[in-house]
Amino acid sequence: MKYVVLIYSNPAAWSALPAGEADRVLQVHNDLIDELTGSGELLNIYRLAHAGNARTVALRDGVPVVTDGPFGESKEVLASLWEIDVERLDRALAIAGVLTPHATVEVRALMDAAGMEM
Amino acid sequence: MSGADRVEDLLRELAPQVLGTLVRRYGQFDLCEDAVQEALLAAAVQWPQAGVPEQPRAWLVTVASRRMTDQVRAEGARRRREETVAARSPADALVAPGADADLRPEADDTLTLLFLCCHPALTPASQVALTLRAVGGLTTAQVAVAFLVPEATMAQRISRAKQTIKAAGARFAPPPPEERPDRLRVVLQVLYLIFNEGYAASSGPDLQRAELTTEAIRLARELHRLLPDDGEVAGLLALMLLTDARRPARTLPDGSLVPLAEQDRSRWDAAAIAEGVALVTASLARAPVGPYQVQAAIAAVHDEAARAADTDWPQILVLYELLERLAPSPVVTLNHAVALAMVRGPLAGLDLLATLDDDGRLAGHHRLDAVRAHLLELAGDPTAARERYRAAARRTTSLPEQRYLEGRAARLDP
Repeated sequence: MKYVVLIYSNPAAWSALPAGEADRVLQVHNDLIDELTGSGELLNIYRLAHAGNARTVALRDGVPVVTDGPFGESKEVLASLWEIDVERLDRALAIAGVLTPHATVEVRALMDAAGMEM
Repeated sequence: MSGADRVEDLLRELAPQVLGTLVRRYGQFDLCEDAVQEALLAAAVQWPQAGVPEQPRAWLVTVASRRMTDQVRAEGARRRREETVAARSPADALVAPGADADLRPEADDTLTLLFLCCHPALTPASQVALTLRAVGGLTTAQVAVAFLVPEATMAQRISRAKQTIKAAGARFAPPPPEERPDRLRVVLQVLYLIFNEGYAASSGPDLQRAELTTEAIRLARELHRLLPDDGEVAGLLALMLLTDARRPARTLPDGSLVPLAEQDRSRWDAAAIAEGVALVTASLARAPVGPYQVQAAIAAVHDEAARAADTDWPQILVLYELLERLAPSPVVTLNHAVALAMVRGPLAGLDLLATLDDDGRLAGHHRLDAVRAHLLELAGDPTAARERYRAAARRTTSLPEQRYLEGRAARLDP
């Protein structure tokens, strides 16, 4: 089963972490990446640039209009996205659990182009 | 069939034989498997242009042996560097063995390889990947495409699987007789998993994945050739043939799914049905009955009905009752409920489904909702049916299933 694990974090809170804590958390992430690469469960990992660089594109009067933001200094924003392929949902949730320090983690199943007739 | 296709078929057939020869000669399944993969890749490039060598199997054994020797030498050199002591190097002993020295066909090699690749220490995903590469002769890239993962990820899974087998102390030898039935059951599960991966694939970008059904049938056929008296092996091959026979009718050109009852049966593969029916009939007559034979028998009853309305549902119901006794599972109960509904009416089917509500294994599964929706529709309760179709559509992770279920719900809109 393929899932994406979405990690949301608050950039302001992240910057304010005590010395060493950010490194410790990143080490946990790197160890997990090594483990999932070794097991062949990690398909892709996307680390997103700072949300301050984000642009929002929306239709206004039928025309796509670009605005800056949303800025994420004071709220949780999507920080990275991991694509995994695991035997069961339990395993995806256990992986998400390791990523929870200073973050909110969402697990979503990916749709498949295959299917069974009924 | 193009020259390249012919070469590919030949390579897939020879792959397990060449690997068996190498492992018997050198031991070290993991290194031999890499060496054979490289020899297969070299042949896939060279043979379509230069022509197939007179003795293709000996050619592959020679090239793979050379790779093996190089690897053992490189490994020896690495050790010498690391340990700065004269490494015990078996390399010289391995140089240029007579290519034909042990080329006698070993029918059991394929079987031994299947047991090894389907080792119980591995996860199902690893069993499938290793079986396709080592026994099926597929390249890592082909296996990766079939499972829609990056090639590097698939290479890692295969390498990890081989390490796991090594760590489990498995040898290139048939399992002891007392373990054999359980080990064979795992082999059959792996082949059926490969088949279903391919069968579920619909159209368009999924077509390469669909070739997994062909590969699974080829491996099941080979297994049946090696174990002609095993009823469950025959049953699995029959089940695959009888299911795959409907493939031309199960999707529309746009990839949407057609339920069994609405398929254009003139498009079913009559030859595959005849072969499957003959296989299951013969095996039921002489072997102890097992779950694959019963599932094949159910598929045969469906396939032999010229129109959906001609389906012998009482016969299918009896077979599901038997299957529930032989191999009970919530999925069997689900299908049993459909058969019961067709024979005794939708309310009887719904009653049986209710027994699954307390079974955690299917709670929240889209197929429970989908079957309930179908039976509620038959029972004349469109409102409840629509609600269950929508719940099933939300729960499935398959795009064509979602489209089908939403279509069913929309038909019932007031």
